[in-house]
Amino acid sequence: MTSEPQAWSPIFGRLSLESLPLHEPIVVATFCAVVLGGIGLVGALTYFRLWGYLWKEWFTTVDHKKIGIMYMILGLIMFVRGFADAIMMRLQQVMAFNGSEGYLNAHHYDQVFTAHGVIMIFFVAMPFVTGLMNYIVPLQIGARDVSFPFLNNFSFWMTTSGAVLVMVSLFIGEFAQTGWLAYPPLSGLTHSPGVGVDYYIWALQIAGVGTTLSGINLIVTIVKMRAPGMTMMKMPVFTWTSLCTNVLIVASFPVLTAVLALLSLDRYVGTNFFTNDFGGSPMMYVNLIWIWGHPEVYILILPLFGVFSEITSTFSGKRLFGYTSMVYATVCITVLSYLVWLHHFFTMGSGASVNSFFGITTMIISIPTGAKLFNWLFTMYRGRIRYELPMMWTVAFMLTFVVGGMTGVMLAVPPADFVLHNSLFLIAHFHNVIIGGVVFGVFAAINYWWPKAFGYKLNVFWGKVSFWFWVVGFWFAFMPLYVLGFMGVTRRMRVFDDPSLQILFGIAAFGAVLIACGIAAMFVQFGVSIMNRDKLRDETGDPWNGRTLEWATSSPPPDYNFAFTPVVHGLDAWEEMKRRDVPRPTSGFRAIHMPSSTWAGIVIAGIATVCGFALIWHIWWLAALSFLGVIGTSIVHTFNYKRDFHIPVEEVVATEAERTRQLEAAGGAA
Amino acid sequence: MIRAFSLPRRMARVLMLATLALPLGACDAIVLNPAGDVARQQANLVIASTLLMLLIIIPVMLLTVFFAWKYRASNQEARYEPDWDHSTQLELVIWAAPLLIIICLGALTWVTTHLLDPYRPITQLEKGRPVSAEVAPLEVNVVALDWKWLFIYPEQGIATVNELVVPKDRPINFRITSSSVMNSFYVPALAGQVYAMPGMETKLHGVLNRTGEFTGFSANYSGAGFSSMRFAFRGVTDADFGQWVKQVKAGKDGSLDRSVYQELVKPSEKEAVRHYASVDGALFNAIVDMCVQPGKMCMSQIMAIDAQGGLGLAGVYNVAMLNHDKYGTGDSFRPSDNDRSVDAAYVRALCADLKPGQVLPASVYAPRSLAPLVGAGLRNPLDKGTPAISQSAPPLSPVS
Repeated sequence: MTSEPQAWSPIFGRLSLESLPLHEPIVVATFCAVVLGGIGLVGALTYFRLWGYLWKEWFTTVDHKKIGIMYMILGLIMFVRGFADAIMMRLQQVMAFNGSEGYLNAHHYDQVFTAHGVIMIFFVAMPFVTGLMNYIVPLQIGARDVSFPFLNNFSFWMTTSGAVLVMVSLFIGEFAQTGWLAYPPLSGLTHSPGVGVDYYIWALQIAGVGTTLSGINLIVTIVKMRAPGMTMMKMPVFTWTSLCTNVLIVASFPVLTAVLALLSLDRYVGTNFFTNDFGGSPMMYVNLIWIWGHPEVYILILPLFGVFSEITSTFSGKRLFGYTSMVYATVCITVLSYLVWLHHFFTMGSGASVNSFFGITTMIISIPTGAKLFNWLFTMYRGRIRYELPMMWTVAFMLTFVVGGMTGVMLAVPPADFVLHNSLFLIAHFHNVIIGGVVFGVFAAINYWWPKAFGYKLNVFWGKVSFWFWVVGFWFAFMPLYVLGFMGVTRRMRVFDDPSLQILFGIAAFGAVLIACGIAAMFVQFGVSIMNRDKLRDETGDPWNGRTLEWATSSPPPDYNFAFTPVVHGLDAWEEMKRRDVPRPTSGFRAIHMPSSTWAGIVIAGIATVCGFALIWHIWWLAALSFLGVIGTSIVHTFNYKRDFHIPVEEVVATEAERTRQLEAAGGAA
Repeated sequence: MIRAFSLPRRMARVLMLATLALPLGACDAIVLNPAGDVARQQANLVIASTLLMLLIIIPVMLLTVFFAWKYRASNQEARYEPDWDHSTQLELVIWAAPLLIIICLGALTWVTTHLLDPYRPITQLEKGRPVSAEVAPLEVNVVALDWKWLFIYPEQGIATVNELVVPKDRPINFRITSSSVMNSFYVPALAGQVYAMPGMETKLHGVLNRTGEFTGFSANYSGAGFSSMRFAFRGVTDADFGQWVKQVKAGKDGSLDRSVYQELVKPSEKEAVRHYASVDGALFNAIVDMCVQPGKMCMSQIMAIDAQGGLGLAGVYNVAMLNHDKYGTGDSFRPSDNDRSVDAAYVRALCADLKPGQVLPASVYAPRSLAPLVGAGLRNPLDKGTPAISQSAPPLSPVS
């Protein structure tokens, strides 16, 4: 609420030495750690001469598999940041009793909870699901890559660019102090005059370009590039859920882009879309952002529903029960997710009939969701369930998610929502579905597909340690929040005056510590597995006795995925091939046409990051220059005619011969 | 009111409390055990909907555990049918079972959403105690400020900061707005929350059934001082309420007029309770209309002008008058600060005899019907048998 004009210089815009949060010891310490770590990393990369390798093999790659892995790495890095925010909040809330202000002031704490939400949704969950879809979908449909390989690389780097801006806000300036959806008028110029909301806007706008383009890419891939014989109703369930997710992305992200564009017009050029005065309507923002925001939660969960379907079927050694109803349930959820957005603000004075309508449509979504759950249940029925890590995560999901689903339906009853809206009950609910659904699903998927991506399984012991810490930690961390919700405790509180609440926050903090152990165990699991990769090696390419096409090729798959495009005759194509003993082709190979790597994605996204930074700090000359840079580089890229190459037939023959040797060594299963 | 649910409801509460006894034993779960009838019904609904869903959740969880255990790979005796993937009867059941639950819950939702609509006047003090004809509801106007609460009692002509005192067993009609950003007005002991939004008015109706000290707060994050944006909510007897009003009228904080309000509206945290002995009667409407500052045109006025087609280019000069808080000028704006636009303003107020912020005749506003229902089988609370609702204050449409 400072009304004094901010200093602005034509060269540095609003940026000055005072923009560095030197007065915040926590931030300074973090900054030092990051700088030291960064220097160490850069030093190591230079020492081992890895820059060229990284640039050639990873940064400029258009291979969907490598891009998928990079998305997962981005998600993991940001997950650590988002979780650090969570631990800080838990610590603050358990401390700030009996007159104590805790250790975070309002300015810092309010940034922490905003950043936690933004990071976890946009830069953890989204990269995770996009990464999974990127890696798995082309393999599952028997394709060699996505439809637009360069676009895929560009999308990844735009997402990363958004993440970079969020991370930069930690050390230069500030992040938004508005909550993760930045409702105006609080996010308007009057009440948030600083750069925080601008970081929020431009990080999401730039990342949003990536997300939307990747959505288009995957839709086209699924629609146009399926192997011959794979009709829509023979697509693996994960591919189906990916298709629906990407339809949701393409239909909803433009709404987010539009609403943030309107907010930035309010902040930059003085329009009045969401201001209190001049006919602006803050409620319009709330409507628009939730028209994107509700489909967004299904964008996150649907792919994981697909993951659970694949895993349940594989580890039960059984066809998926009710494939058709599973597909229709997914499509139902896709459509219905657009008809429920108002349930996020029943309490804003809509009439009873409007509230009832949106409450009931929300409940209706639980019908297809319930049907899915029953389908998994009856897939397990009369199966032979092997409790490998992915299946353990799946059972934990089923038991956790139903509780979150139940509390979600409670919140969908408007009069009940009036007493629970914005309370810690709501927080417990959505962590219950997002951790229980999305996070457990991502861990199940990582354990399931890691052998495919790297050629060796993950260590089971540390996986189980991580699993139990996570599951137990989750219940400890979030059950107290349900109770606190019933005690009328609301979200985003920094200090408390009722001392009887402290014990519950203590239990929740204990749960968060358990989760921290779970995360640590997961990284140990990765480390131990990498070191013991020869022992954990899987030569067959099909370590779980899988059912879908990604298991038909070697692990890791060759650049071209499949030497010959597989022909599909039914659902569970690979299971059928194994059953019928379809021989693996060992001759008649031809050169394979492939897309070339390109520098353009990372360069354009890099310039876009600069442009975003300049816009945030009102450095107009740099903004104009870098915007022209983005356009100019894109045009230059169109003159790049070296877009494709052929993998020579000798190389294909050699790769496939190696694979034949591998398979013979592993026991000869074709 | 929800008679059909009364018996299971009692059992339900016992069950629910039993299941929650462990974690809630030492806690004061005010949301489930409130002091007002509306909140009580809302709590019952929370419990009823939980029980309805447990009908399906518990079997699913049990089945999950049972199947997970029975069909483990090491149990070679269990039947194994790798190709069994369809059963029409079973699929009918798994779609129908959730559907049935949702039909019940949907019906419950439709009815209770209308009966517990915050805009619906109170018709019963408690179950079996309808509001008697001679009891007039207490009017309270609520303004969420940065970061404190202002309560105006228009009938008593008093106002308080961070303290809300109400008589028990008397319906309360809240009109709610905010000075700057969105907040949510929530007293868990009394009734569910409703947002407080600048330039808009929302409504809430509630009734308190027992005396006591409770807390109210903002349930929507509103900036740096949000955590301490709490107020004391006290339920007292009728006599004590009269006593308290007298005490406020003798209060030390003087009168709440526009200039005092403009001081009060400035951001501050952890404000002590204030008692204003008198209050400018037009203040609340002016706050909603965003024209507390002298000389500023009210939103309703500019909207009325716009509804007539605007003033063309001449209207441009009026724009400066509208600037409430867009650039943080809300407090510093004075007509003399910007002489040109003020001098050039063609219209300062719509009618000569109407000062900015003054209540306009009801005819200017879109009339809002107070008859809330809606649907078969539900009695209109305005029908005979229930007391007439005071319509003296012309209802403002929420300006959005």
